[in-house]
Amino acid sequence: MIAKPGLDGHDRGAKVIVHALIEAGFEVIYTGLHQTVDNIVEAALQEDVTVIGLSILSGAHLPLTKGLMEKLEANKMEDVIVLVGGNIPKRDFDDLHNLGVAGIFPTGSNFEDIVDFINSKVGGKVA
Amino acid sequence: MPRPPIKLKDVVLESGIEVKPVYGPEDVMDRNYERDVGNPGEFPFTRGIHQYMYRARPFTMRQYSGFATASDTNKRFKYLISQGQTGLNVAFDLPTQLGLDSDDPRAFGEVGRVGMAIDSLKDMEEAFRDIPIDRISVSLTINSMASVMMAMYFVIAEKRGVPLGDLRGTAQNDILKEFVGRGTWIYPVGPSIRLVTDTIEFCARNVPMYYPVSVCGYHIRESGANPVQEIGYAYAIAKAYIDDVLKRGLDPDKFIARLSFNFDIHGNFFEQIAKFRAARGLWARIVRDDYGCENPRAQKMKMIAGGGGGGLTIEQPENNIVRGAYYALISALSGTQTMALCSYDEAYTIPTKKAALLSLRTMQILVEEMGLADTVDPLAGSYYVESLTGEFERRIITCMKDVDDMGGIVKAISEGYIQREVSRQAYETERKIQSGEIIKVGVNKYRVEEEDRAVEYHDYDREKTDEQIGRLREVRAERDNAMVKEKLDILRKKASGDENLMPYIIEAVKAYATVGEIADVFREVFGEFREPVRF
Repeated sequence: MIAKPGLDGHDRGAKVIVHALIEAGFEVIYTGLHQTVDNIVEAALQEDVTVIGLSILSGAHLPLTKGLMEKLEANKMEDVIVLVGGNIPKRDFDDLHNLGVAGIFPTGSNFEDIVDFINSKVGGKVA
Repeated sequence: MPRPPIKLKDVVLESGIEVKPVYGPEDVMDRNYERDVGNPGEFPFTRGIHQYMYRARPFTMRQYSGFATASDTNKRFKYLISQGQTGLNVAFDLPTQLGLDSDDPRAFGEVGRVGMAIDSLKDMEEAFRDIPIDRISVSLTINSMASVMMAMYFVIAEKRGVPLGDLRGTAQNDILKEFVGRGTWIYPVGPSIRLVTDTIEFCARNVPMYYPVSVCGYHIRESGANPVQEIGYAYAIAKAYIDDVLKRGLDPDKFIARLSFNFDIHGNFFEQIAKFRAARGLWARIVRDDYGCENPRAQKMKMIAGGGGGGLTIEQPENNIVRGAYYALISALSGTQTMALCSYDEAYTIPTKKAALLSLRTMQILVEEMGLADTVDPLAGSYYVESLTGEFERRIITCMKDVDDMGGIVKAISEGYIQREVSRQAYETERKIQSGEIIKVGVNKYRVEEEDRAVEYHDYDREKTDEQIGRLREVRAERDNAMVKEKLDILRKKASGDENLMPYIIEAVKAYATVGEIADVFREVFGEFREPVRF
């Protein structure tokens, strides 16, 4: 599932990734813009997704990711793999990893790297 | 021994136009100077909308700025004006753009982040404190909440004794493109257009010097569209507003003259210049032939153009300084009215003071050192540029016909067809960059690993959020709450009808109703947009 949390309306990257993942054979759900963390977790639970990719370009990636991880934990969904993409400065990588983010793919990341990473984590399962 | 024939690489522009290695007189045979180009300031205005263009008055230099609180933004405005900037281009934070008060839980982490936070008239008064709004033209970059920000701005003018009849300025206020790119929509498409139409009508009747809408091809292009679609979709959107306003019985010769455009610059150098020259000629024809306007002011396509963030790269950010300078050059060669240059750190952050100043100096160097203001449309008559201009005009017309075939732009956007087309192209472009088919210097060629990125981030200041929320609570405590309720009740009632809402928004704003309160009234009456997801 590719999700756009928060108020940021830059969805070019998110949509491009959806296209690339569909092309790579994944089943992909796109949440659309302006999602709250609660919306995202609820949708992820309903759709039983294995991977959530957050796309954030406003700079609010730390508070938003923290909120999502807490909500996943509260719902006993710690096995969901969380990826973060968008305008993410290197200096925040450690903080995101410490929150439990499995992979960070800033603007300009290769489709192949993202697809390979997801495959390596889910071992053939798709979401 | 005969030399082997030279094998030349095929060149195809983003717009699909094939570029020949050499152009000559045969390529412009079908172009008639008087009919297709015209003298500057004369129909169809391909060469420029004024006779002497920058020789008489250089383009307005208007860097996009605004951050944190209204008082921080006010200081930045004053600084930019002191450095020779001739207009202001106001950035609002996302909660303001989406009609949320700063203490709304959904605003958490976003207050003052990508622009200034405005909760009520009080903040707006602070943002423009001591700014001579009767002389400096101010552009409000806001869309779904544009009617409210315009209302605040008009109230400030009134309070300072600037007659609305003389007030100049621009609002972005182009909601249809928000559904395609940028994404700060709130209400469904129908009521969203109604608010735009209300502002156009209100301005036509009360603030005649104001440009109530700046139709944006910019964000459509930034979202992935090619340069032909950038213009074609923007014109289809502009026509949708015009058609709606015509139902109010206004004179198109007058209100079309107050519409302006916001376009993008990145990609191929000559393609962009041809795009703008073609766009001017085409708009003049659309306005004359589709709406019967004989007023040259209505036929003239006025634009802001100064470079798109989409062309900038995270890699080797200093390269963006060079790109920015070329974008400014393109813009000056294209006859823009206003230039707002993207700053070299835009791929990372909202512009720092240093980056914003560098953009301003880039424009000043072009005008004051390099002679870009000396003569009008210096590329006119170039076989290549004229040929491209003609081809562009034909392709924009075809693109607009395609939109008609989808059932018109409003339907195509409501159902997500334009969004799908644009996101597919964004994917194709990204694929081509990753495969090296499209070259981005520093990204997929001449890459430097482990580089030291000389970029200063705009730090997010949590204390500013507290400060902002504190002021909001003060406003709520000090104002006459019974009056606010009364004004909001009237607004709710009027929103359910079809009267122009601007006078009632102004009344609510004067009573210090907040951005969130007014937006909630509209959410209640209009509902919220449900994004169509199509891939």
